[in-house]
Amino acid sequence: MVSFIGRVLLLVLIAPPSDMENNHPRAHRRACLRIVIALLSIWFFVSFGCAILFRDWLDANAPQVGSAPFGFWMAQQGAIICFVLLLIVYAFLMNRLDAKHGYTEAK
Amino acid sequence: MTQDHLNFIFIGISFAIYIGIAVKSRAASTKEYYTAGGGVSSFANGMATAADWMSAATFISMAGTVAISGYDASRFLMGWTGGFVLLTILMVPYLRKFGKATVPDFIGDRYYSKLARGVAVVCAIFICMTYIMGQMRGVGVVFSQLFGIGVPAGVLIGASIVFFYAGLGGMKGITYTQVAQYCVMAFAYTIPAIFIAIAMTGHVIPQLGLIGDFTASGEPVVPFLQKLNNINTELGFAEYTSGKLSTMNMFCITAALMCGTAGLPHVIVRFFTVKNVAAVRKSACWTLLFIAVIYLTAPAIGAFARVNLVEKLHNTPYSEVPGWFQEFELTGQMAWVDKNGDGKIQYFGPAKSELGSASVFQGAKPSYPGYDAPENQRIGRHGERLLANKADDSNPNELWFGNDIMVMANPHMAGLPMWVIALLMAGCIAAALSTAAGLLLVLSTSISHDLMKKIIKPDLTDEEEVNYARFASFAALIVAAYFGINPPSAFIAKTVAFAFGLAASSFFPTLLIGIFSKRMNREGAIAGMLSGISFTIGYIVYFQFLGGHADQYFLGITPEGIGFVGMLINFGVSFLVSAFTPAPPQEVQDMVENIHIPSGAGDASEH
Repeated sequence: MVSFIGRVLLLVLIAPPSDMENNHPRAHRRACLRIVIALLSIWFFVSFGCAILFRDWLDANAPQVGSAPFGFWMAQQGAIICFVLLLIVYAFLMNRLDAKHGYTEAK
Repeated sequence: MTQDHLNFIFIGISFAIYIGIAVKSRAASTKEYYTAGGGVSSFANGMATAADWMSAATFISMAGTVAISGYDASRFLMGWTGGFVLLTILMVPYLRKFGKATVPDFIGDRYYSKLARGVAVVCAIFICMTYIMGQMRGVGVVFSQLFGIGVPAGVLIGASIVFFYAGLGGMKGITYTQVAQYCVMAFAYTIPAIFIAIAMTGHVIPQLGLIGDFTASGEPVVPFLQKLNNINTELGFAEYTSGKLSTMNMFCITAALMCGTAGLPHVIVRFFTVKNVAAVRKSACWTLLFIAVIYLTAPAIGAFARVNLVEKLHNTPYSEVPGWFQEFELTGQMAWVDKNGDGKIQYFGPAKSELGSASVFQGAKPSYPGYDAPENQRIGRHGERLLANKADDSNPNELWFGNDIMVMANPHMAGLPMWVIALLMAGCIAAALSTAAGLLLVLSTSISHDLMKKIIKPDLTDEEEVNYARFASFAALIVAAYFGINPPSAFIAKTVAFAFGLAASSFFPTLLIGIFSKRMNREGAIAGMLSGISFTIGYIVYFQFLGGHADQYFLGITPEGIGFVGMLINFGVSFLVSAFTPAPPQEVQDMVENIHIPSGAGDASEH
């Protein structure tokens, strides 16, 4: 799972911004959509995926977290922790994107 | 010093703080009334949003729901936090850039139509009203238990306090009181959990205790969750870590709660108070972090309370039960019916009877003989409080308790000091008041700004508009207080969950398409909103009030989760209708382009 998230993030981070020079807002919007889609796939995977759809399989096969079955732990704790991390990553990536396109505002 | 004195002191101090803050920062202009002047720091706004978001229902009964239904309750835990991810990534940065003060304002301008604005106002009023009724009821119940004054008086006290600082202070007034309320709530929730975690598992951090070992008894240590599963299966309940709900239903309810969260107007408007789009993102991180502090603790509290409850009460002779049991009997939150006449409390689940039921008595709620009834009808053989309900002899379960009991009784069960209990009471009231204040603000601004100024009387001055808002909040509060005192039967508790379904099927899709599609026009949006919300209301009303049977559920989805289907209908209808009707005017399309550029958000409430 970690490697999956890592790969998605890497894709987002290093994907080259296309035709940024001649069309500012559109390039920004496209990059922004890429971030949104990547983060929402992780969002869906940790909550609906791990905690609901694949829970039974994960409970049986994935390593336990402490003494809790993996799917159960994801549903009650893990997903929420991931949500917080997702928002932090979102703020970081978006602020960086804004800076790249010159949209940053004075504090 | 008795418990009552301590309660009075804690609640009195917290009230003095709230009112002091409200008076000091009351709003003078519409801008301050609607968005606190637009300069709230992202940290403070994060705390205020967290307090706004966590209602009395979350604070008091969520841990209880977790304790009773184990894994199944995860739908609330994930639904109400996961929705924040949607809200932050898809909604608020764009709405903040758009720069208007209310949600119907965006819909009215984006869909260039007074009708769309009107439909949005009606949706906002309906969602907030159903939600605020539950809050007023919650305040009333806590007050009545505290001071023995009866629910109506409790509701009235709560309503006047909310009016005092929300109605008069506007957004500026409630922002800083909500910051104070969050602090009270966070301490009130986590301190008892820490004490109990140390006692039961030897861990200081409750979340580690939940996945750690159960060390309270001298026997060989077992993993805590295994202990809980053993208890549940022994007593005839479903295993704690596996659930009873179908995957389909679980999926739909979680999705409805998440999308509903992202469409709740009182949460969205909180983000209009910060300076710019970057501050919105930062503020959302803080908000979810503060919410997570409570939501990550809830499963631990629920699990600990369940073990505590069973260990303290199951198979205990009534003559030896701890004193708090009698207190909760008196307030009608716990009841014991000695079915087998052995003088001991037995607590069993549905698997212990052939019919699969575990109801203690006939009827949904305990009722009691009047105080003028003869003593042998009021007090039983062992000194217990007798019920007026007939016992349900089809199963051996003798113990009844309300969901609220888990948080309220937790400190008693764990034998914690009195000040912890007083703090918890103050926390409950803070939770109810902060949410009620936020909702009231949306109600009053929807009426004064969107209805009066934008639809009925466009020449309203600034000052008149604020006065209309104050008057509207007063009127809304009276209606809410009325329904708080006379709840339409079991309606309230359920409608809080339904408010999310309604938000998911109306605002969420319409806002989302409005932000991300240039082609969506007013015909599509209005048709979508109307079909989504009427389908959802229709389904809920049919199964809740018109006697629809569980066999008729659409794909086995309960009314709680139907908002998700309503949302899909809204999306489908919107796109279908807009495909056959003309595209929106050029300036609206330019506006959609513009809200995707994060800079230049300006002041939020420049009308």
